Amino acid sequence: MSPLRDWPIKRKLTAILLLISGLVLVLTSAAFVTYQVVTFRRTIQSHLATRSRVLAANSTAALAFANEADATEILAALQYDPHMVAAALYNQDGRVLATYPVAATADLIPAAPQPDGYGFEGGRLVGFTPVAQGGKRLGTLYIASDTKDVSDALRLSGVIAIVVLAIAMLAAYALAAALQGRISAPILALAETATAVSTRQDYSVRAPKLGEDELGRLTDAFNQMLVRIEDQDRELRRYATELEQRVAERTHELQERHEAVRRNAAELLAANQELDAFAYSVSHDLRAPLRSIDGFSHVLLEDYAAQLDQAGRDSLQRVRAASQRMATLIDDLLKLARVTRAEMRTEVVDLSGMARDIVAELQRATPERHVEFAIAPGLQARGDPRLLRVALDNLLRNGWKYTAKQPRPQIEFASTNVNGERAFVVRDNGAGFDMKYADKLFGVFQRLHSAAEFEGTGVGLATVRRIITRHGGRIWAEGAVDRGATFYFTL
Amino acid sequence: MNAGKILLVEDNPDDIALTMRALKSHNMTNDVVVAQDGVQALDYLFGAEGGAGPDELPAVVLLDLKLPKVNGLEVLQRIRADERTRLLPVVILTSSDEERDLIDGYRLGANSYVRKPVDFVEFTQAAKQLGLYWLLMNRAPPVPRRL
Repeated sequence: MSPLRDWPIKRKLTAILLLISGLVLVLTSAAFVTYQVVTFRRTIQSHLATRSRVLAANSTAALAFANEADATEILAALQYDPHMVAAALYNQDGRVLATYPVAATADLIPAAPQPDGYGFEGGRLVGFTPVAQGGKRLGTLYIASDTKDVSDALRLSGVIAIVVLAIAMLAAYALAAALQGRISAPILALAETATAVSTRQDYSVRAPKLGEDELGRLTDAFNQMLVRIEDQDRELRRYATELEQRVAERTHELQERHEAVRRNAAELLAANQELDAFAYSVSHDLRAPLRSIDGFSHVLLEDYAAQLDQAGRDSLQRVRAASQRMATLIDDLLKLARVTRAEMRTEVVDLSGMARDIVAELQRATPERHVEFAIAPGLQARGDPRLLRVALDNLLRNGWKYTAKQPRPQIEFASTNVNGERAFVVRDNGAGFDMKYADKLFGVFQRLHSAAEFEGTGVGLATVRRIITRHGGRIWAEGAVDRGATFYFTL
Repeated sequence: MNAGKILLVEDNPDDIALTMRALKSHNMTNDVVVAQDGVQALDYLFGAEGGAGPDELPAVVLLDLKLPKVNGLEVLQRIRADERTRLLPVVILTSSDEERDLIDGYRLGANSYVRKPVDFVEFTQAAKQLGLYWLLMNRAPPVPRRL
C-alpha cells in the first residue's frame, strides 16, 4: 500500500470524511451505551432497595421474636423474583436467623452483616438493609440479586449502537463519495491542464472553472498565468522568427559583401599585375634608349672632339647629364613602385640600430663631412624591416643632404608624444623649408629646392610617405627656411 | 691566351655597337660573336635545324634577358639542359634591376648578373672588365667530347 501522502485526493477526502464521522459516531454510541447502563443500574438498585425495605418491614416481628420459621417463610417469598440469588436475616447480634434459599451455601451468604447500603459486587447487586421497629434496631436484611437485566440491556444497546454505526458509516461513505467531487474535481481539472501544458507545450488550453470558491479563484489565477505565458510564448516565437530572418539577411549581405571584396581583390590583383608588367617594361625599355643617348654622345665627344667647338661639346655634356638624370629618375620611380607593390612582412624592428647602420653608411660614403648625430637608443616599432629601412634611409639621407651648407650640421632621430600617440622624429638644422609649401613636400617630383642648390629627384619623400601609409601611419613635417626641418611619423 | 670567344646575345643595335666599342678599345672585338635574338643564339650553340654547333664553345655568353622570339631566360634554360653546354659560363647583361629577374637568372644557373649602366663610361668599364675577366682570368670548364 502506498503511503498516505501518495493517495489520490479523492481517496484522501473520502478517508478524512469517514474518519471524522466514524469518530463522532463511536463517541456518541459509547455515550449512549454508558448512559443506558448507568440508568438501568440505578433503576434496579432502587427496585432492590424498595423491595428490601418492604421485606425488612415484614420481618420485624419474626426478628423480634427470633422466629426462624416465620423469617424463612418471609424470605421464601423471594422465589417469585427469578433475579433474586440469595437473602438472609441477621439478628441483633449479627447471627443468621434465616436464609434464602433455605439450604444456601456459605459462599452465597456473608457470615456477618456489613454496613448498610447497596452496591454491585462480583457481578451481583447486594444490599444490607436495617430492620428496625420504633427506632430500635432489631437486625439486618441481606439480599443479593443477579445483574442479568443490566447485561441484557447493555447487549441490546451495543447491538443498536453497532447497527446505527454501520448504517451511519455507509451513509457517510456514500455522501463523502458524492461530495468530495466538489473539491477534488477542480483540483483534478487543474492537474490535467497543467499536465497538458507541460507535455504538449500547448499554452492555449484552459482549466474549467467549477465554482467561485478558493478553488475557482485558483483556477482563474492559473488560467491568467496561462494567458500571460501564451502571450510571452507567442512574443518569443515572433522574436525568434525575426532574429532568424535578420540573421539570414545579414548572412546574405555578408556573402554579397564578401563576393564584392573578392571581386575587388581580383581586380586589384589584375591591376597590380598590370602595374608589375608596366614597371618591368619601364625598367627595361626606358633605360635602353638612355644608354644609347649617353653612349653615342660620349662617342661624339671622344671621336669628334676636334670637329666640335666649346658650345658643341658643352651641349653634348648637357645631353649626357640629362640622360643620366633621367636614368636616376627612372630608378627612383621604380623604387617607389616597388614600395607600393612589395609584400609586407610585419615584425618588431629595431629602428635605432637601423638608423645607426644608415648613418655609418653615409659617413663611409662621404668621409670628408662631419655631421653630429643624436640617435635615441631602443626605438622599436612593428613593421616591414625592408620598407622601414628604405623610409628611414630616405629621411636621414635627406637630413644629410640639406645640412651640407651648415657649418655645424646636426641630425637627430628620436621619439616623442603627439596627442597621446607615439611619433618618431627626424630633425636636422639644415636648409629647412617654407611652411607654405609643407603640403607639397611629399608629392612625387615635387621639390622645394632647385637641382643647382641641392640635387634630387623629388621621389624620396613620396616614397617615405607611401611606406608610412602602407603601415597605417601618418607623416608630416615642420620647418622654416634656414632653420632646419623636422619630420614626424607614426606607425 | 685563351682562344675562346664571347657570344653576345643582344637585340638592340645601339647596345651592340656600344659593347663592341667598349671591347674594341681593349682589342677584344675579334673574339665577339653576335646573336640578335634567342633563336640565333641557340642556332649558334646547337646548330640550326638539328645540325651540329661550333667545334669550340665560346668562353662566355653575355646574355640579354629581353629578346625577341625566345627570351634570355629560356635560352639559359636550354643551355643548362644540354649535356654539352651544361657548364658553359653565362653572364646575364641586362637593363633590368628587378629582383624577380635576378632570382630567376641565378636559379636557372647564371654564373653572374650585371646590370647595364646608363652612363657610357661606367658601361665601358663593365664591358671591359667582363671581357678581361671571362676571356683572360677565368678558366673555362672542359667541353664534353661530341659523340
